[in-house]
Amino acid sequence: MHSFIDSSRPPAYCPGCSHEVVTRALDKAFLQMGLHQNQVVIVSDIGCSGLFDIFFKTHAFHGLHGRALTYATGIKLARPDLHVVVTMGDGGLGIGGAHLLSTCRRNIDITLLILNNFNYGMTGGQFSATTPPDALVGSGFLNQIEKPMDACRVMRAAGASYVTRISAYQSDLSAEMEQAIRFNGFSAMDIWGICPGRYARRNKTTFKTIQAAIESLPPFHGPVPENFREEYGEHYRQKASMQKPLPAPMEVAKKFPALFNDRKEILILGSAGQRIVTAGEILSYAGLTAGLHATQKNDYPITVLRGHSACEVILSPDKIDYAGITAPDVILALGQEGIDRKKALFSNCREDTFVLVDSTAEIPDCRGTILSIDFKGKKIKRQDMAMAALSLLAQQQRLINPDMLEAALSIRFKGSTLDRVLALVRHFAIVENNG
Amino acid sequence: MSLTLLEGNEAVAWGAHRAGCNFFAGYPITPATTILNTMMKILPPKGGICIQGEDEIASMGFCLGASMAGMKVMTATSGPGISLYSENISFAIGSEIPIVIIDVQRLGPSTGSATKGADGDIQFLRWGSSGGLPVIVLAPMDVSDCYLLTVHAFNLAETFRCPVFIASNKEIGMTRESLELDAVALPPMVQRTAAPDNAPYLPFATTGISGVPDFMPVGGETIARQTSSTHGPDGYITVDPEVIAKNQARLRKKLEDSLDTFTFYDEHMEADAEVLVITYGISARSVMAAAKKCSISGTPVSVLTLKTLWPVPEALIKKKASGYKRVLVVEMNLGQYIHEIRRILSNHSVGFLGQMDGNLITPSQIEEFITNA
Ligand code: SF4
Repeated sequence: MHSFIDSSRPPAYCPGCSHEVVTRALDKAFLQMGLHQNQVVIVSDIGCSGLFDIFFKTHAFHGLHGRALTYATGIKLARPDLHVVVTMGDGGLGIGGAHLLSTCRRNIDITLLILNNFNYGMTGGQFSATTPPDALVGSGFLNQIEKPMDACRVMRAAGASYVTRISAYQSDLSAEMEQAIRFNGFSAMDIWGICPGRYARRNKTTFKTIQAAIESLPPFHGPVPENFREEYGEHYRQKASMQKPLPAPMEVAKKFPALFNDRKEILILGSAGQRIVTAGEILSYAGLTAGLHATQKNDYPITVLRGHSACEVILSPDKIDYAGITAPDVILALGQEGIDRKKALFSNCREDTFVLVDSTAEIPDCRGTILSIDFKGKKIKRQDMAMAALSLLAQQQRLINPDMLEAALSIRFKGSTLDRVLALVRHFAIVENNG
Repeated sequence: MSLTLLEGNEAVAWGAHRAGCNFFAGYPITPATTILNTMMKILPPKGGICIQGEDEIASMGFCLGASMAGMKVMTATSGPGISLYSENISFAIGSEIPIVIIDVQRLGPSTGSATKGADGDIQFLRWGSSGGLPVIVLAPMDVSDCYLLTVHAFNLAETFRCPVFIASNKEIGMTRESLELDAVALPPMVQRTAAPDNAPYLPFATTGISGVPDFMPVGGETIARQTSSTHGPDGYITVDPEVIAKNQARLRKKLEDSLDTFTFYDEHMEADAEVLVITYGISARSVMAAAKKCSISGTPVSVLTLKTLWPVPEALIKKKASGYKRVLVVEMNLGQYIHEIRRILSNHSVGFLGQMDGNLITPSQIEEFITNA
């Protein structure tokens, strides 16, 4: 093969555009590497650098402005064997800044060619993230009051393990490109060039001025040892291979006859850290062991170990339609914050609503049958109150019985935790029976 | 009978797994985060990929790249994330990239309320992309729908090469619920059609005016092109108005002409009912509870629960509404899908009940609305 460039679609940039030089150098780099065209994907950004994919006979992916690195990452993760090269201008650098930083941090094996010509050529020469403040551009004075970004320093700071700053006119550009593509990890080249169509019309830019400007800056020539680490995809696959498979969702067979034949609404109210949500889950599982359908909705703030925790459980022999609570059948009122959160629902209690209250908490007036329990006096810790309350329900054959509760606990817990909760519910039962 | 207890979001993840999903990327956002969490546990041990993007835009970008490389991809977010997906959604529509997008809706606008439900994105999902071409939107009403419709969503994305949305809701996604997994009748798994090896590959060539292009992965033996620019069958930019018009029409017709193959719905029809309630999503469950009560109190009510929202199943809606004196639409917003129903049933009197305060519409509100309106 003599060229990766599609002879039926020759490069069509403005006369003298450095993109053409870069296009030829990239072709040469692929040839030097002895690649086949189907081993290469060119992911091009938007703007004049977005024309690259058209001129090559390789795989091509041309997407949205600034997002080229994201598509390239998806492609490389899907097909680690491919050589993925991204072409992006200084426009894409600015708009896609978040992706640039993250790609540097990830160190995925793709090669980024930044075609840096200090302006938005395609839209008429507006200023970009790299335009010098003294340049004359199509954005009025705006470039004069912003500081241009040094892409190389930013990338090194973000963790890039290979960064080169180079002139498009450097004679060994294709050899440098080959080095970058061969590098196993994220490699980036900040390639400075001339945009005669827009930028160079008002700003003197020559091979020499570019070379001088590059030389006045800290050099970047390939490997950045301080950032060396494993390639992202290899590291990902290695870590992934060590993960334990997630067991399929557990199926709970009906083992016990249900204790009721209509819909029951249960509220479990407390504070963060009281294992309110876990209790709701246990109650739901206990229902499942009796062939009942269940829904569970939890309400808690974004904070951990602070604030209310409220759980709504519905158990029913039929599929549950409306999953909200209107008139609770049982309320376990175990903590003030949860009680306050759902206080409106207390007024919906019926006479036969069973309300179990921790003796230190205060509940609003309600019609239900109230049982106050001194959990503290019974040496039940705060975080065990909800489980103890379920034990009490089971002892009273209310909604569930001890067999269902213990079956639910063995679904939810294993090993020493299971032993501990089983001891807790059995012990609490004895305490209760002994008055 | 065996029951399983799952969150709607977990059911989506397991549905994706059953459908052959092997790539997921997302950005954490309540109430969709547990999909990301579950995919993170399911995929890596099975050789699949699950990653967290630096933002929603990156997550969509990863998915689109991976999809074109041949993977079955999914992402999940809520309204604020759909906004950021928008430009990539247009890309997936116009450039025919299969992807399943889960929107676990929360109360908007904007940041809104992270832990309150709503169905406020229903028109947004259809119209929130440049170009205005159709997408597929499926709406689950419970956890078993989350499982089933996600499998359908993958099949549809593969069949039609387009984005397919699941319009879930915090009230479904984050509610843990029992379901009989074995009883969910899953469709057989569908793969996108591979292009034949024996002819030169044109990435967007189709047969017929509503065809779907055959697929060759980017990175395969044969050279493949993908582009977000207006393109002809060869995947290169075109300015030919005839080619452009034909392609735009095809992008519509490929979905609309096949709508009857994916018109999913539930119905509860009462022989003597004068009222038909049309609803979808979580509100359908309140409507069903209300309909039962109405029936007991002597006012039989029929219910049509739409599970395919877009493209609008017009033929179904017309057929089911015929003969009813009154049609009511119930949805968890201030009136979105009602516009479609009023447009289609222009000869009916169509009443509306909606609410946007973070609470579910209750069965008693609906019952009162049916009996008094
Ligand atoms: S506008 Fe500038 S960058 Fe674009 S093709 Fe012309 S010279 Fe090159």
